[in-house]
Amino acid sequence: MSRSYYEKLARIDLTAGTVAVEPLELEKAQRYIGGRGLGTKILYDEGVATVDPLGPDNKLVYITGPMTGTPSPSSGRYMVCTKSPLTGMIACSNSGGIWGAKLKHAGWDGLIVEGVAKEWTYLLVDDGEISFHSAEQYVGMKSEDMDEALRKVHGEKASVLNIGPAGEHQALLAAIINDKDRAAGRSGVGAVMGSKKLKAIVVKASVGHVTTLHDEDALKQATSRCLGILKENGVTGQGLRAYGTAVLVNIINNIGSLPTKNWQEAYFEAAEKISGETMAETCLVKPGACFRCPIVCGRIVKLNDGKVCGGPEYEPLWAYGANCGVDDLNAINVANMLCNEYGLDAISTPCTIAAAMELYQIGAITEADCEGVPLTWGSAEAIVEWTRRMGAGETELGKRMAQGSYRLCEHYGHPEVSMSVKKQEMPAYDARGIQGIGITYATSNRGGCHVRGYMISPEVLGLPQQLDRTVTDDKAAWAKTFQDLTAVIDSMGNCLFTSFALGAQEYADLLNAATGTNYTVETLLEAGERIYNLERLFNKAAGMKPEDDRLPKRLLEDPIPGGPSKGMTSKIALTLPQYYEARGWVDAFPTEETLRRLGLAE
Amino acid sequence: MLEVRLFATLRQGREKVYHLDAAGFPDGTAVLDHLHIPKEEVAIFLRNGFHRPTDTALADGDIVAIFPPTGGG
Repeated sequence: MSRSYYEKLARIDLTAGTVAVEPLELEKAQRYIGGRGLGTKILYDEGVATVDPLGPDNKLVYITGPMTGTPSPSSGRYMVCTKSPLTGMIACSNSGGIWGAKLKHAGWDGLIVEGVAKEWTYLLVDDGEISFHSAEQYVGMKSEDMDEALRKVHGEKASVLNIGPAGEHQALLAAIINDKDRAAGRSGVGAVMGSKKLKAIVVKASVGHVTTLHDEDALKQATSRCLGILKENGVTGQGLRAYGTAVLVNIINNIGSLPTKNWQEAYFEAAEKISGETMAETCLVKPGACFRCPIVCGRIVKLNDGKVCGGPEYEPLWAYGANCGVDDLNAINVANMLCNEYGLDAISTPCTIAAAMELYQIGAITEADCEGVPLTWGSAEAIVEWTRRMGAGETELGKRMAQGSYRLCEHYGHPEVSMSVKKQEMPAYDARGIQGIGITYATSNRGGCHVRGYMISPEVLGLPQQLDRTVTDDKAAWAKTFQDLTAVIDSMGNCLFTSFALGAQEYADLLNAATGTNYTVETLLEAGERIYNLERLFNKAAGMKPEDDRLPKRLLEDPIPGGPSKGMTSKIALTLPQYYEARGWVDAFPTEETLRRLGLAE
Repeated sequence: MLEVRLFATLRQGREKVYHLDAAGFPDGTAVLDHLHIPKEEVAIFLRNGFHRPTDTALADGDIVAIFPPTGGG
């Protein structure tokens, strides 16, 4: 019976050079939905939590969800699950483009990659056939060149996922890049690929759709209804297409919650210059879309030198801009492009530069350390050149910065300067001015992250309803629900951005039509809760401690010094116990009773 | 004076920033009427950085920021 899953995983042993086809256990897949949930389940069951993240025993799970590659909206997502070398905990980095859809169309639910190759290798997935190829000639090649070189060999219709130089030298901020400028960006997944000497995975599929849908007509109807809702919604229908996520620069700045100069301030006077509105007026060539996406949030921009490339979304605009005090949009576009070319996380990389700028400000990093490019606030040259140095592994400081702000700041004796949670840099919303997002940051299983429970939706954008950003009331329960629903959407293989307009009922309808399950809103959210708790169990096994659920001291002790949110601090000490109670956790971990309720007890 | 900042599509056919005599604009509705912005086009109405209903009372020195439905992540 068709279930949308192909019920087929490839276990690829790079040490032995073998491929084994394994059946997907359908019941397990449906319990954890797919994607993020199933990927975590595989890693947890196989004992990956306790391995050295950059050693031969770590595994990389490239996995689709049951909706990936289907006609459902924004269904191009795949995930890379592994043990993160940055955080030492679970990593699940999510990317769009077309690579994930092609992997599914080729007939695979996912690839489990193990071991270490003897020489630099790339894999070719050609429908049901998987083969090993030498990548020695591509060592040092940047992502876009690599993409073009491999499509020259395997045909224009092939889709390429690869690591750039940053992943090769195992920079802990290394990303995996697919389709030239889409990234599984966070938690150092590119470094794990580099540790395995795996340079790329090329996918070719001779069909362009999923052939195993449970009920094609029902899915068509559910999709049509969802497309209507997405079109009618102001954010998903017009807003994101016109301005991209970059429109947030002015919104978040106007509520005084745009972290500036490594979170020393929260209002950036020059925000207009790096905003989505300015981008649309000056360098935007056109918007860009991933597979089957009606939202079209991607940006194609033109650099001052004429090169046309993928442009920054809100996060790098903020991180290179306000957070480094830089108001030069072209320099940000260039630095963002370098993140794609060298294969770097476009959030953690600029945030680490911002931390280095503060270390330079306080004299911990010296002029001599900077080797000709001072880490001065507002320096356009610095953000571009230090990104390049981090990507290429050049200069002692550049190599150190490529390991992330936590290790950098600890080295200089100022761990408090690293604005990170679980050693991963926090994104573009100040948790002093927006109370609920702090819960997401502190409790995210993959460390500092906004897309594990996007509280900005209710607290700033008023979706699905407006909450007061300044208070803590009910925020714990909201954060939990957002985290659980997000775990569902990620596991399905749809884009999280669809949730600006769609609700849990729509996701249940899509999933049930495609896979033949009978999820209700309640059981679907419970599946999300199960996934969230399983990630927590992985982290516990990996050595996570209750004190790892914390925010940097600066957010608790240093009030925002000026702007609309002047005087505010995070009240996480108040909300964290409420959150644990809502989750059924004690001291950061699920109780036996909670595990039993979710079917996770041993 | 009131400072009124417009963003995204609300800038089409309008200025980015207006400085208005506070005496003539007791509340947000008066500002929207003056700038011919239909209420349903407003998703976020900020008075001095805090979300308020569009009919909120305004005072001299206020900064008003108005956004259409938009967002991201």
